[in-house]
Amino acid sequence: MSHEGLLQLICPAGSLPALKAAVDHGADGVYLGLKDNTNARNFSGLNFDEAALAEGIRYAHARGRQVLMALNTYPQPGQVERWQRAVDRAAELGVDAVILADAGLMAYAVKTHPALRLHLSVQGSATNYEAIEFYRERFGIRRAVLPRVLSLAQVENVVRNTSVEIELFGFGGLCVMVEGRCLLSSYACGDSPNTFGACSPGHAVRWQQTPQGMETRLNGVLIDRHADHEKAGYPTLCKGRFEVQGETYYALEEPTSLNTLELLPEMLEMGIAAIKIEGRQRSPAYVAQVTRVWRAAIDAVKHAPAQFKALPAWMAELNKLSEGSMHTLGAYYRPWK
Amino acid sequence: MKLSLGPLPYYWSREDTLAFYEAAASWPVDIVYLGETVCSRRHLLRLPDWLALADRLADAGKAVVLSTLPLIESESDLKLLRRITGNARFLVEANDYGAVRLLAKAGAAFVAGPTLNVYNPDTLALLRESGAVRWVPPLEMGRDMLAAMTVPAGMQTELFAYGRLPLAYSARCFTARHYNLQKDDCQFKCLDHPDGLGLRTREGEPFLTLNGIQIQSGRVHSLARHLHELAGVDVLRLSPQSRHMGRVVAVFRDLLAGDSDAAELTTRLERLMPGAACDGYWLGQAGMTHQGTGYR
Repeated sequence: MSHEGLLQLICPAGSLPALKAAVDHGADGVYLGLKDNTNARNFSGLNFDEAALAEGIRYAHARGRQVLMALNTYPQPGQVERWQRAVDRAAELGVDAVILADAGLMAYAVKTHPALRLHLSVQGSATNYEAIEFYRERFGIRRAVLPRVLSLAQVENVVRNTSVEIELFGFGGLCVMVEGRCLLSSYACGDSPNTFGACSPGHAVRWQQTPQGMETRLNGVLIDRHADHEKAGYPTLCKGRFEVQGETYYALEEPTSLNTLELLPEMLEMGIAAIKIEGRQRSPAYVAQVTRVWRAAIDAVKHAPAQFKALPAWMAELNKLSEGSMHTLGAYYRPWK
Repeated sequence: MKLSLGPLPYYWSREDTLAFYEAAASWPVDIVYLGETVCSRRHLLRLPDWLALADRLADAGKAVVLSTLPLIESESDLKLLRRITGNARFLVEANDYGAVRLLAKAGAAFVAGPTLNVYNPDTLALLRESGAVRWVPPLEMGRDMLAAMTVPAGMQTELFAYGRLPLAYSARCFTARHYNLQKDDCQFKCLDHPDGLGLRTREGEPFLTLNGIQIQSGRVHSLARHLHELAGVDVLRLSPQSRHMGRVVAVFRDLLAGDSDAAELTTRLERLMPGAACDGYWLGQAGMTHQGTGYR
């Protein structure tokens, strides 16, 4: 199989400086969103207004890189136009693709902007080729981002059975649930990734020092309590410690990051089109470091796949950047399940 | 207003499952959803068993719907899905767009399940064109958003009205994880937990329920206090629990009939629940909150 065009490195741009950092350090493409609930990283102080967007696209295109715009929350009645206008602006400004989750919005995009390239967002929850083919037949999607739930063998089966390009998450925060089908956040605090564009949003978070330790709460629900020697992480709901049958532990998932760097040869061999780095909420310095490591690794694997080794220096640098300084292969590695 | 018995979310022994549906045949529900909607490893009833149950319940006058998995990972999951969507006798509930594709291709009418993420009229219209005759709104859709939806002609609306809310799905099995087992060697621990495995906060507050690869709410969602707000809703879905389910159905039937004391019935219903009540989603708030008790 030709490796031409495979393993494109798609990096997060939560701001214009982050976009430039990604481009300068070797991203093939960046993904970004607007400053509202039309995308799944709706955090204050993050994302792009009109001027930053135009400058970001100019900067990336001048260097031959792509800009992908995430409009991957679900439009709600009475507000559908906000998402549709965002698709219009994306097309007018010349983004290279829009990343959508909602079928109704895809129908609008195809009808209004037939030349606009569509990617199916991970928030679209497509874990099998029948679902991906649904979106291809109806809307002509060109790429699908897979939820972080499949093993490598299952991913390969998807790739073999669809002509749609497949993009996988390579590094960063790890959703343990099927993206787009997780309502834990709205159950606890009313806002979900699907409707509000954020999980465990900042406005619902409280940190409180108590005699028992630092407590982190989400809308009053105790997510975790950290002793003085423990580092208190952000209270993402699924990464807290809870009690089940008298045992207190990370009942859903440890505060850990996904890192699939060592799987690059297999991903190349099975024809993965792109690797996505999570982290639009992270700093430009973080984006620069992660992009540099992944650029080097992808260049190495494409140059000589059989000789590829995940260098200890790369892994050490990525571990430093990982949540809780821990990483996992996630569902790609079957025993994780 | 019709009542439906939602798909069984838990893994029970074959005897318990068959006994549950034998009892359900005489409950005052109009529609019964059958089939596995959580984990493909659960096998005590296979498709022929579910089809036999479907025949039995159809004979008892129930409209039977075969439900499908929301998380389809493997080729064998797809094979089973194709057998269900191609069954040609019973209506199917699609819980993934893979199922929608297969049903639309076959020209079969179907129910658009709650995990299809229908948040706006455009997506709903698209599903209608694809053959959906009924839809279940996302669990987090409240009354105001629902009222703003335009429902196409020929489409019924079914609300998740009672039971622990199925909030999330994962590749990981949280029940196996609790027992330090891998999913592939889970020893079917779900069988020991007929209403799931309770998860509490470190303050002892019931919060969530582990049910294999599914996370449910700890509280029991109930629209019993809101039946007068359900204009435009055609079906109320009651989700199975291991005990008192027939009495839960009876309370809803009495509430809908409207000739008994609603407050007394609602209190009775709350005593039948395996956890405290909640209704926040319906009010556009955090799902775990409860208007009746002012919880949080």
